[in-house]
Amino acid sequence: MNEITCECGHVNPEGTVLCESCGKPVEGNQHIDGNDQKELLNMRYDGSARRSQTYNRTWVDKIWNFFSSVKVGVWLIFITVIASAVGTIFPQEVFIPGNADPATHYRDQYGIAGQIYYQLGFHDLFSSWWYMLLIAMIGISIVIASIDRFFPLYKTLKNQKPKRHELFMKKQRVFGTTETQNVDVERFKANLKKRRFRVYEQDGHLLAEKNRFARWGPYVNHIGLIIFLLGALLRFVPAFYVDEFIWVREGETILISGTDGQYYIENKAFTLETYDKDNPDDARFKEAIENQNGAIPKTFRTDAVIYERTNSDVTGAEAELEQVKEGASTMNNPLKFGDYALYQASYQLNEFKEMSFKIHDKDDESTNYGEFTVDLTNPQSTYELDEGYRVEIANYFPDYELEDGEPVSVSKYPRNPAFVFQLFPPGESEPETSFLGIGANVDAGGENEYKLGLTEFDVRDVTGLTVKKDETLWLIAFGGAVFMIGVAQGMYWNHRRIWLQPRSDGVWIAGHTNKNWYALRMEIDKAIEGTGIEAPVDQHEMKS
Amino acid sequence: MGDLTTISSNLLYAAFFIYLTATFFFGGTIRDKKKGSSRVAGNIGITITIIGFLTQLGYFFTRWGASGHAPVSNLFEYTTFFGMMLVFAFIVLYFIYRVDLLGLFALPIALLLIAFASMFPTEISPLVPSLQSHWLYIHVTTASLGQGILSVSFVAGLIFLIRQVDQTKRSKHTMWLEFVIYIIAATVAFIVLSSTFSALNYQAEFEAPVEGQPVTITYEMPAITGPAGGELLTEDAASPLFDAPEWMRGEDAAKKFNTFLWAVAGGLVLYWGLRLIFRRRIAAVIQPLLKKVNPELVDEVSYRAVAIGFPVFTLGALIFAMIWAQQAWDRFWGWDPKEVWALITFFFYAAYLHLRLSRGWQGMKSAWLAVGGFGIIMFNLIAVNLIISGLHSYA
Ligand code: HEM
Repeated sequence: MNEITCECGHVNPEGTVLCESCGKPVEGNQHIDGNDQKELLNMRYDGSARRSQTYNRTWVDKIWNFFSSVKVGVWLIFITVIASAVGTIFPQEVFIPGNADPATHYRDQYGIAGQIYYQLGFHDLFSSWWYMLLIAMIGISIVIASIDRFFPLYKTLKNQKPKRHELFMKKQRVFGTTETQNVDVERFKANLKKRRFRVYEQDGHLLAEKNRFARWGPYVNHIGLIIFLLGALLRFVPAFYVDEFIWVREGETILISGTDGQYYIENKAFTLETYDKDNPDDARFKEAIENQNGAIPKTFRTDAVIYERTNSDVTGAEAELEQVKEGASTMNNPLKFGDYALYQASYQLNEFKEMSFKIHDKDDESTNYGEFTVDLTNPQSTYELDEGYRVEIANYFPDYELEDGEPVSVSKYPRNPAFVFQLFPPGESEPETSFLGIGANVDAGGENEYKLGLTEFDVRDVTGLTVKKDETLWLIAFGGAVFMIGVAQGMYWNHRRIWLQPRSDGVWIAGHTNKNWYALRMEIDKAIEGTGIEAPVDQHEMKS
Repeated sequence: MGDLTTISSNLLYAAFFIYLTATFFFGGTIRDKKKGSSRVAGNIGITITIIGFLTQLGYFFTRWGASGHAPVSNLFEYTTFFGMMLVFAFIVLYFIYRVDLLGLFALPIALLLIAFASMFPTEISPLVPSLQSHWLYIHVTTASLGQGILSVSFVAGLIFLIRQVDQTKRSKHTMWLEFVIYIIAATVAFIVLSSTFSALNYQAEFEAPVEGQPVTITYEMPAITGPAGGELLTEDAASPLFDAPEWMRGEDAAKKFNTFLWAVAGGLVLYWGLRLIFRRRIAAVIQPLLKKVNPELVDEVSYRAVAIGFPVFTLGALIFAMIWAQQAWDRFWGWDPKEVWALITFFFYAAYLHLRLSRGWQGMKSAWLAVGGFGIIMFNLIAVNLIISGLHSYA
């Protein structure tokens, strides 16, 4: 370490631009902050010795210097901005219809531009490796840039003395000379104290300072950002984060996935309310309701009971359940239990529960050779009827659709059930085959004697709930709070310093602020009122 | 309740005209020759502005009373609220720096916003389940306040640019400045044309295929461009000059495109009309009026607005938004376009703050950044809602 001893006696670390104690420009180091090019001193970090400006030999130095550059930081931010904006041109993959294949969807919907978008990976930008890399680089940059500046700046501000070198005074942006012996220093000090400055004195030299803590604002907010990012990173640890989705039918009790077999839910009822212009409560929205095609939903609500399994240590045994909570989950009001929360996320109205059929003569619906009921969530493969008839389900399509002439099921939920039945009359081994769905009853061979007819059906609603456990939230919230404290600290207070130096023919005054120079001058104007000190001028010439 | 609704909209009209009056008083301050001498016009201007602000607050709370929820839930309500926050932010910065001319520019922008808002459906609409949360009010009002303060930065930046850009020769600066002025002209044109055609009750119906189904589309402005493959049903309406491009899908895409063309064309007529009258760049016409303005001071006002607005914006548009999203949709962040654009705004102003730390970024460059930031805010408010609709989709 090549330490630098200033003429004032203070020993500065290598790379110092302005003496930590008296502010004298250190010869040979002025190019570091660009002071050799300018009339005024660069006071950004008070001329402190920053690692990034001092060493550039090893590859560690080079990486350090790269990431501590604000220019690099700003570039990283701008690239992220542009990429993010591009990412909103077309919908992200998560927002396209669930059954669409992204490989063809973008080309079909948005033509060649969509194709390019997809191939460049913008359709899933926000989980792409290079977007993550950008964010990670911003994070690294924040950490390195902050360490690089915080410690030297802290040290310099701690070591500063009221007695300043002549050059330091003259080369401040706000500077003025007063040539008179009638300066009321006591009044000046009193004015400053009234304006909440702390006044330090050394051999008649004054330093008035306020809001130094505001200088730490950026570092506090950067720490907040880093905590936030770490919190976001923690979600990749499964123990901290559960995100599952369940469908629960009315009346059903099922295991809540993601809870390690611990919790069960019973769906008492799902309710969908819509706004009704004839309801006096909603009359004020009449016009809007009429202008809207289709109903406007008012509430989605699941009334549910949560059970905890008490014998989870016994594997294979029937679950023994104990009620832990009864309540409702609506949008904006999740149902919480233990570490988990259930969010109202989706619903399905009128899903089929049961369907009942009877066997009758093909041409005579009034005949009846037996009836059976199919539980649509759990159909049997064979139904033996009392009268000796037997019906087998050869094929079941819970959510039937014709696709390219082939019957398929587009989901496993009984929203539009259809069956291929095989009917064995008593004693026969050759079945009659028929196809049955909502509004369809097709005789496959065309030679059937019997026909199956739908006699009754039962529907119920299904609620879709997300199961969440999120142990990272407190960390993310903490990061957000620290960030807010930091920005407020740095933005709503300014670090201001005023120096007064006795001269043989009067006084010199200089001022520095980290931002808002006009406001600083207004403050100085008030502080020198009635003291005989002349108002300093702003030596900075704006080139624009 | 009907009465309260009427009172509410009358209060909004009143606020509009009060702001307009205040603008004239701020205009009067141009004539105050000696610096800091008579502050009469400025004092009257700010007093009237405050009265206008209180009137608009009256509109806000009466409408809240009538609808039972804070009126920040559709594009009309949100945009008028944004205008009000811009006025509020102007009042705050006026009392820090006392720049009269800031009012001459800030109030017209607020007026434009309010008039623009009124072009959208203004009826009181019910809240769908996801919007039924106190966090909605807290989030939207704070975010909007933040945007309002940030917009003052644009207003000051614009004053700076008109004052400082060298008008003796053509440059990139003069061109972009004229472009900004043209955008303002196009907004005015949009407002004038929409109100005119709606006063005339103009309607033209088209039948056009949307996703393979024939639907009826009603234009409220004469069709420059018709829906692709559309057929005009209304007899005496003018037929479109050309069809909208094939890739403009969606029921309203062609209609929105048509409105956009009207605004572009109307803006051109208005802008070039003015240029023909003055025979100079519009910024060059305004420049002499701003001689009295101290550029250092407006530069600082512009920066200070960002310094004050950035934390407020972050709190409202990101933090409160995340709290609400966590409750409503079980995730505090979902990368929907509106969220992404809030993040872009945040990043953009963060970059602005960092650039300001380096030498050479004060003045002209910062002023341009402030204009860009306002562009992003308006894009998020208007374009994202009308073009890239996400979960937040108002209107
Ligand atoms: C999006 C991410 C970031 C945010 C929100 C953020 C926020 C801030 C804010 C609000 C300030 C205070 C500015 C002022 O006082 O005018 C600041 C200062 C600063 N930031 Fe960042 N920052 C971010 C990223 C970065 C990055 C990537 C770097 C890396 C080079 C960086 C380096 C700095 C430095 C060196 C300062 C000045 C510190 C001082 O004056 O003492 N920041 N940051």
